[in-house]
Amino acid sequence: MDFVFPNETQVIWTVMIVLYPYITGLVAGAFIVSSLYHLFGREELRPVARFSLGSAFVFLLFAPLPLLIHLGRPERALNIMITPHFSSAMAGFGFIYTAYLILVVLELWFVLRSDLIARAQGRGLVASLCRAALFFYLYEDEATRAMDHKIVRVLAGIGIPMACLLHGYVGFLFGSLKANPWWSTPLMFVIFIFSAIVSGISVLIFHYFVVSKINGWKVDIPCVRSMGRYLWGFMIVAVSLEMLEILSIAYKQTEEWEVLSQLIEGKLLISYVVLQFMIFSLIPFFFLAITALFRLSDRIANALTWTAATMLLVQVLLMRWNVVIGGQLLSKSLRGFTSYFPGIWEKEGIITAAVIFTLPFGILYVFHRVVSLFPDAEKLDTA
Amino acid sequence: MSRSKYTRRDVLKALAAGPGLLLIPIGFIRPAKGGGDSSGYDWTKHYWGYAVDTTKCIGCCACMRACRAENHVPDGHYRTWVERYRISHEGEVRVDDSTGDEDFVFREVEGEVAKAFFVPKICNHCERSVCSQVCPVGASYATKDGVVLVDHKRCIGCGYCVQACPYGTRYIHPETHMAGKCTLCYHRITKGLMPACVHACPTGSRVFGDLKDPNSHLSTILRQQRYRVLRPEMGTHPKCFYIGLDKEVV
Repeated sequence: MDFVFPNETQVIWTVMIVLYPYITGLVAGAFIVSSLYHLFGREELRPVARFSLGSAFVFLLFAPLPLLIHLGRPERALNIMITPHFSSAMAGFGFIYTAYLILVVLELWFVLRSDLIARAQGRGLVASLCRAALFFYLYEDEATRAMDHKIVRVLAGIGIPMACLLHGYVGFLFGSLKANPWWSTPLMFVIFIFSAIVSGISVLIFHYFVVSKINGWKVDIPCVRSMGRYLWGFMIVAVSLEMLEILSIAYKQTEEWEVLSQLIEGKLLISYVVLQFMIFSLIPFFFLAITALFRLSDRIANALTWTAATMLLVQVLLMRWNVVIGGQLLSKSLRGFTSYFPGIWEKEGIITAAVIFTLPFGILYVFHRVVSLFPDAEKLDTA
Repeated sequence: MSRSKYTRRDVLKALAAGPGLLLIPIGFIRPAKGGGDSSGYDWTKHYWGYAVDTTKCIGCCACMRACRAENHVPDGHYRTWVERYRISHEGEVRVDDSTGDEDFVFREVEGEVAKAFFVPKICNHCERSVCSQVCPVGASYATKDGVVLVDHKRCIGCGYCVQACPYGTRYIHPETHMAGKCTLCYHRITKGLMPACVHACPTGSRVFGDLKDPNSHLSTILRQQRYRVLRPEMGTHPKCFYIGLDKEVV
């Protein structure tokens, strides 16, 4: 049993398409953390509220980049919005993405307005840019601040379903392809939303610790504990759904299971069973459970939370890999498998992927230089 | 902080207007409609279909050579191919094709065989083609005469159609970076000729014809024979009909 249709010897969707849902997942997850503060009033998340919104914004800026690099004819990319074919799930991308970008930019604008006004005073390029960003309206008082806050709440409220739509939609792109038994499940939509939240919280924890370490700040313990607990809860749901999906196919023992079981036991044994589930799901689960359930010293709890978050970042990346690449390894002949591993230097290779993933962090740093993403920590620092 | 000449209301208005301006391009959005015509040819008068009589195929692969020559199909990609099935007495199924050979000649293989047969494969030109459904820019479309084509002025090379086709008949062209597939030799059939593969088949295993014409060879065969389509559970309603298809074929 090893026959692959002759056009399937090459994998079409490369590591770029692994990166695309990964980055949009980070956007959706980071946005939800910011909304937990702005909309649901989780005060303990205040230290990372701005940072999370800023992260969502920069990742959102870079989400289409891997797609653009992957497209065979990138010069026609905008056709997806100019001549959309509405029966295609993919045709929605441009509209959903643009709407979400507008919303995030607006929310960010209202959140940062006070800081931009402060930054717009004086001379220099940055001050001029800030004035332009404020439409040259530099007035504020208690009433305007209250209004800004109100608008932020409304935008955060609209943003949550939109974040779910943006990322659930990515899941739908895969889940709706009936030709591929590895993808074709309605659960894909939900799995993608929950794994997005997991990756978003994880990247914030990971990055918050790194930034704090570099700047010599003390991390805010209630904030980190709270994020750790949310991460624990969301990862339980995400991993359970991922397991339920495979369990239901295995239990039904349909025709597809014959070939899917071989995929899991063969080509995906390491990346799916060993890495995604046994190492990068179970270990973070225990680490987060320990920090949530037992009284630990801050140092140990922080170490466990950071390690778990970093591992979950990898877990979600593995999940994206196993979905996107795993599904393509399986031939539609249902009789064989192909192989794929990205080259290091090729156009859609590992270096490109690493650069795309690193760029948002660089932009976030520039952003932070203009308007502080950690105002509380910096105030404490200068006090 | 000095009071500026703008009021807060003005700023909020500007903010509302900003995204509003972005709506202007919506006026330029033109939902994609598949299309194309061939002069002197009335595509409303035909509805093309295809049949494969697997009992007649001898695995000579003249069809593959003809297709490659006619359509300049790039190396390593296929608009049509022939599968060889060998089933042992124990029921073990071994499948291969001739794409490994430069001239598409099946190599002799060792091993005991209880049953063997060839199955030519081609785009099924489905009535409900999922490749057309998922194309985000309408580059993949079905013509009025029932042929699924790719408009190379529109294709963005996203590969969604390749993923969506349950039959593995599409590929991304390595030079144009756009989707490629069987066109049923549209440039030939609109001039009254047969597709190259049908023309080249020495046994008449491949049959092409007009489903709208009750007297066409294809319509006659489909009236007289029992046939199946590939993966009917996909709901794609393929228009490539297989006669004598074994249950092992996917």
